[in-house]
Amino acid sequence: MTTVTLCVNGQDHSTHVEGRTLLSQLLRETLGLTGTHIGCDTSQCGACVVHVNGLAVKSCTMFAIEADGATVDTIEGQAAPDGTLNALQQAFQDHHGLQCGFCTPGMVMTAAALLKETPKPTEADVREALEGNLCRCTGYQNIVKAVMAASGQDVSAFDSVA
Amino acid sequence: MYAFDFEKPDSLDAAIAALQDDDAMALGGGQTLIPTLKQRLASPSRLVSLTGIAELHGICTGSDGSVCIGATTTHAQVAAGAAAFPALAALAGGIGDPAVRNRGTIGGSLANNDPSACYPAAALGAGATIVTNTRLIAADDYFLGMFDTALEEGELITEVRFPVPLAASYQKFVQPASRFALVGVFVAKYADSLRVAVTGASEGGVFRWSEAEAALSARFMPEALAGLSLSGDDMISDVHGSGTYRAHLVGVMTKRAVVAATQE
Repeated sequence: MTTVTLCVNGQDHSTHVEGRTLLSQLLRETLGLTGTHIGCDTSQCGACVVHVNGLAVKSCTMFAIEADGATVDTIEGQAAPDGTLNALQQAFQDHHGLQCGFCTPGMVMTAAALLKETPKPTEADVREALEGNLCRCTGYQNIVKAVMAASGQDVSAFDSVA
Repeated sequence: MYAFDFEKPDSLDAAIAALQDDDAMALGGGQTLIPTLKQRLASPSRLVSLTGIAELHGICTGSDGSVCIGATTTHAQVAAGAAAFPALAALAGGIGDPAVRNRGTIGGSLANNDPSACYPAAALGAGATIVTNTRLIAADDYFLGMFDTALEEGELITEVRFPVPLAASYQKFVQPASRFALVGVFVAKYADSLRVAVTGASEGGVFRWSEAEAALSARFMPEALAGLSLSGDDMISDVHGSGTYRAHLVGVMTKRAVVAATQE
């Protein structure tokens, strides 16, 4: 067992892990942060995306030891402490960007990473950024719409078919 | 996955020492190795993470103008930082998805030599030099077949040096579920050579299409490829595409790469 120290959503944690412990396991099983979902566990679906030192990663495909000393942000850290959703989360709610909701944590974390780098993405930018996030409800249209809306762009014509 | 010891040395020497154990494996970004371990297709006694070794990381310009990329540089960093070689930066920016690009490394990709990976096409197509802890290996001597390379036991890639071409392009027909190349073709034109490297197609892994190279050396335009074709016999044939289909795609993607390279 090795001790890893990491700052998750602004809180410092120090915990023992095995070499094979995945970051997703540490977050869910040790820290109880079950908002990070494990869909496929094969790095296809993106439900487990979190930010490590500001970069989106699939936490099921990174060893917890590799996050030693890192700053980690998960879906639990996105809303304000009083539960007020951030702009991106609110846009997902406003634009029906979730159906069953299983993929939503990963969608939000991936989209948040995109908007940090590209504050005004095109629709193509959003779709490309979300390539590694699967929605089995196939609700992509409204997810993309929500991300566009969260970036402050007009999405009133989004549903019209050209 | 089975249990293993985990080491994260901060120097190349310490990593090489830790890898002397027969059952030890090097870990780059883990984007292939971790899924492999989960399926119990590999069971190393020890994993040696290379991500803590500063000297393996980063992009610089060599004395001859080549783009030199440290083994643990991620795809996202190459996409953002290899501006001197736009086709290479674009290739790196098209691997997998953003989260995979934030972890996956060039050294890991080349050491693994997946027959459908993108980087082998860039290394072979650009005539790159694979630098290891013991020697320099020309790309032409490095790729030995599917998942097989010239690396010896315990030998580590430290850097990859890419000579910058006059014009180049990588065109990938994406297998949409995995985002690997169903077929990918890297075309690069240098002052004294013309190279065409194909990934995703052959049972033998990445290869150079010599007939296309000869035709394009004479005339660097897509029309030069008219009438050239490859046999589907030795091509990968699976649920995503038959060997014949892949062989056809090689021609299509090569033409697209030439068009893109000449419009750069």
